[in-house]
Amino acid sequence: MSMNLYTSPASGPAASPRPYARYRGNPEAVRALVRETEVHRDVYIDQEIFDLEMEHLFHTTWNYVGHDSQVPNVGDYFTTSIGAQPIIMVRHTDGSVRVLYNRCPHKGTKIAIDGCGTAGKFFRCPYHAWTFRTDGSLLAIPLKKGYDQTGFENSDAAKGMAAVANVKNYRGFVFAKLSAKGPGFEEFFGESLSSLDNMVDRSPAGKLEVAGGVLRYMHKCNWKMLVENQTDTCHPMVAHESSAGTAVNVWKEVSGGSNGKRPMAVEIFAPFMSPYEFFEGMGIRVWPNGHGHTGVSHSIHSDYSAVPGYFEKMVAAYGEERAKAILDENRHNTVYFPNVMIKGPIQLLRIFRPLGPDKTLVESWTYRLVDAPDMLLERTLMYNRLINAPTSVVGHDDLEMYERAQEGLRSDANPWVNVQRLYDPAELAQEQAVTNGTTEWQMRNQFRAWAKFMTMTM
Amino acid sequence: MTIIDVPTDADLVRFVYAEARMLDEHRFDDWVNLFTEDGRYWMPLEWGQTDRRLTASLMDEDKLLLRVRAERLKGNRTFSQKPKSRCHHVLQAPQVDSRDDAAKTYALYTPFHYVETRLDEQQLFAGWARHTLVVEEGRLKIRLKRVDLVNCDAAFGNIQLFM
Repeated sequence: MSMNLYTSPASGPAASPRPYARYRGNPEAVRALVRETEVHRDVYIDQEIFDLEMEHLFHTTWNYVGHDSQVPNVGDYFTTSIGAQPIIMVRHTDGSVRVLYNRCPHKGTKIAIDGCGTAGKFFRCPYHAWTFRTDGSLLAIPLKKGYDQTGFENSDAAKGMAAVANVKNYRGFVFAKLSAKGPGFEEFFGESLSSLDNMVDRSPAGKLEVAGGVLRYMHKCNWKMLVENQTDTCHPMVAHESSAGTAVNVWKEVSGGSNGKRPMAVEIFAPFMSPYEFFEGMGIRVWPNGHGHTGVSHSIHSDYSAVPGYFEKMVAAYGEERAKAILDENRHNTVYFPNVMIKGPIQLLRIFRPLGPDKTLVESWTYRLVDAPDMLLERTLMYNRLINAPTSVVGHDDLEMYERAQEGLRSDANPWVNVQRLYDPAELAQEQAVTNGTTEWQMRNQFRAWAKFMTMTM
Repeated sequence: MTIIDVPTDADLVRFVYAEARMLDEHRFDDWVNLFTEDGRYWMPLEWGQTDRRLTASLMDEDKLLLRVRAERLKGNRTFSQKPKSRCHHVLQAPQVDSRDDAAKTYALYTPFHYVETRLDEQQLFAGWARHTLVVEEGRLKIRLKRVDLVNCDAAFGNIQLFM
């Protein structure tokens, strides 16, 4: 095999050429990027590592595809991606949700590209009018006799649009695993599903619907920086002083320091400025396979004003004790490894889509609690707009830090990123724990899972 | 400033030009003060969006939130503004779509191109501004500025200033 040479784009034009296959076919080298308390910069900036993530990590893990409310009727579809793979989620004629590769088996054309749509009884490729049932199987080809006696029935094309075999619809949330290898759904997520359960249970009908529209925000940084940020509780009072701190100060000035009811926007901003003790006390829980959450005992979502009529509906649906238990849970951010975060108390899901080692598309989705007052969705949408939009001041604070890190990591002075806060070697023997809310254990947990799922099929 | 009783079309058009210049000159406090106390700056997320409450928007800022933004842009620890962004408006001639002299309420329509830059990055946006202007205490004020981007539903990087 010839040795290809290339210049890593992340290293800039001054870097010397590197051998291409430093990591490909070399699981030991990949594992060596993750130390107990440090990770090598190549996990963020190296093109080859990124390519291997697309080929391995996003195949051996369970990935969120979409919500079944996006495809309510037979033939409804939703176009998306898993890692680098173009994907269609579709409601099949038997009522189940299927996940297909979005590629015509003929010439490769994407079958649909318009987000949500309706195929009717079958998909029809816009290029040569090959048609496919909603489970992907080939239905018809125009002028079919042109394939007579060509052995076509044995071709890959004859199999139709490839379907993803491992699909799970968990209470409306559709996940898929592309590889036959890797753990089953229950084993992969385990007890972490309790966060999704709580989000869904907050509907008196036990049901969510995608609502309000998706905010899409382009980031010039590695996707993992965003995932780490979700349980980084030592940055809000620093990075967001400019936004949340200013909001608190302006409100103080405008309201004359009165203790009157704060506007919804101030209720959303203010908790970001909570002191370190608040975040230490909220706790972090880690689960196996890289999942974990902040806000075990309380969170920045704990002190929102009650929404009139909501609690009564919850009591009617669940009984008072159970309703209280559901609403007392105020988990802050739950990370579903590899690249999803949900906020149960406000029904929000963010997915950090990897587009390149230094390019990430962040989608922030919101859900309506079926049978709950509209004001809950209104607050969720305001939160999403104020915190997660490309026009959000909080978003500006964060993106500035990610982009500075993406550039700073080019420094040859130190190739290691530190994730050591509250490290204890004993944690290596512990798969699950509840611990101090400012620990970086969850970040270490993610990287240990990263090394595991990256190398599982290498 | 001259006291306005019933603004002429020329007064209304002049106001829209002056507002854009204010933004280009980074006079953000003055700009916020152009809004009525119940004024809003609205940038829809959806093409042809009609609902603000249960549909997401890119921006839907009341005067309090506009004040927060103007203050933040000045902040010593506003790192996404170190160095600062700059902006540049090119407006098509504003058109007066409707006049209600009795209610002293006026609607204007202004297609625009907008450039925002920071460091080596320059972004170009195109859209339509729709102003609802009112006369308050002899001055024109903004009750609503709606900004529809031609690619409102695209994935954007940071948009830090105002169109």
